[in-house]
Amino acid sequence: MLKSLHKRHSELANSKRQLDILSNGIFKNGDLPTFKEKISETNQFPLKAKKLEILQINVGYMCNQVCEHCHVDAGPDRKEIMSRETMQQILDVIKQTSAHTLDLTGGAPEMNPNFKWFVEEANKVGVKDFIVRSNLTIITANKKYHDLPEFFKKHQIHIVSSMPHWTKGKTDKQRGDGVFDASITALKMLNAVGYGMPNSNLKLDLVYNPTGAFLPGNQSSLEKDFKKALNADFNIQFHNLFALTNLPISRFLDYLIASDNYEDYMYALVEAYNPKAVSNVMCTNTLSVSWDGYLYDCDFNQMLNLPVNSKAKHISEYNENLLEGRDILISQHCYGCTAGAGSSCQGSLA
Amino acid sequence: MQKTYYDPADLKKFSKISEWNEELGAKFFDYYGKVFEEGALTEREKSLIALAVSHTIQCPYCIDAYTGDGLQRGITKEEMMEALHVAAAIRGGASLVHGVQMMNKVNKLEM
Repeated sequence: MLKSLHKRHSELANSKRQLDILSNGIFKNGDLPTFKEKISETNQFPLKAKKLEILQINVGYMCNQVCEHCHVDAGPDRKEIMSRETMQQILDVIKQTSAHTLDLTGGAPEMNPNFKWFVEEANKVGVKDFIVRSNLTIITANKKYHDLPEFFKKHQIHIVSSMPHWTKGKTDKQRGDGVFDASITALKMLNAVGYGMPNSNLKLDLVYNPTGAFLPGNQSSLEKDFKKALNADFNIQFHNLFALTNLPISRFLDYLIASDNYEDYMYALVEAYNPKAVSNVMCTNTLSVSWDGYLYDCDFNQMLNLPVNSKAKHISEYNENLLEGRDILISQHCYGCTAGAGSSCQGSLA
Repeated sequence: MQKTYYDPADLKKFSKISEWNEELGAKFFDYYGKVFEEGALTEREKSLIALAVSHTIQCPYCIDAYTGDGLQRGITKEEMMEALHVAAAIRGGASLVHGVQMMNKVNKLEM
């Protein structure tokens, strides 16, 4: 199994090194415009936070998988896990926020020992859309997780799961040996309790990330192909496919550099820049909370250790007035969210 | 003098062709765009046809473009290679089928 950058003691485990790479070279010598320069062309700098709609909680970096492209650098060796105390602080905030969506991510969020407690408590508060980003294989990884489909159903959780392709070869290459077969088993278990079925209110959406140094194709075309293949080959149903661009940070940045694709990929991102996607970019209506309770504009900024530009920096200091209207922190990784049709945790933007 | 006939960077400049003849350039790119829209064939099928034809005409720009296009569409390397073999079979077959002409000529001339 691949090891995390942290475990390998890679220099890219350091977020400052990643930001150095993204700020120097082709962006320093003027070959490519910086993201700030690009959005300034259409008077969209600085990006400002709007009213909070989505609260995205990263409950820990521990994961049973080690995916090649993971921007979290998650894996079994990561020990950062959100405590119950921090979860309680988040619950207190959920009660007073305008957010209609609660989005749990990781790592594998289900591996947090307080995961079920948090879901139960958060559900009592009554958010409109309660998302858990499940990697699917966790459901089959251990007997203690086999009841997750029923647990999700009981709490009407919206499941969003990664699936980079409908074939085993491409999926396992990105996500690890055996991931495809385990994911298919998990999807069948979810379908069996009603998830993803036509007209079912148990929402099951899939996330597609390209399996290499290229941008995603058209989201609706990919969704059609995924639906056709997964239905024909495995009789599996799901609702929507979100096509996400891989952002050039963490393990994907490591892959880009090691495969000599970094510069070409950055050129492709800049060339595909779509100013229309900028106004809907997810950092403007989302707040990302890290395992230790700190606040970030998005999960990517969390991994780059770029905390929010606000006096309220921790969930215990949450204050909607202080956070709304803040300047969003940007770097060249932001081109990943504005390429082509745009990219967010909820799929295409434009 | 340029050291090679092909420069990968030239592919990005394709649209500049219109600068020396705007009317015909515009007509070509309109036509090109329409051709690749979904019709009786899907965009995915058209991409695979384009990839196979790219190899038949041995256009490095087109091979680059339609390999990338195929990856973006989720086309697998197995599908890409099968499409190439169709192109190779037709191309090889085109040579071989002329053998009938050769055979006809030999049969006519030889005792």
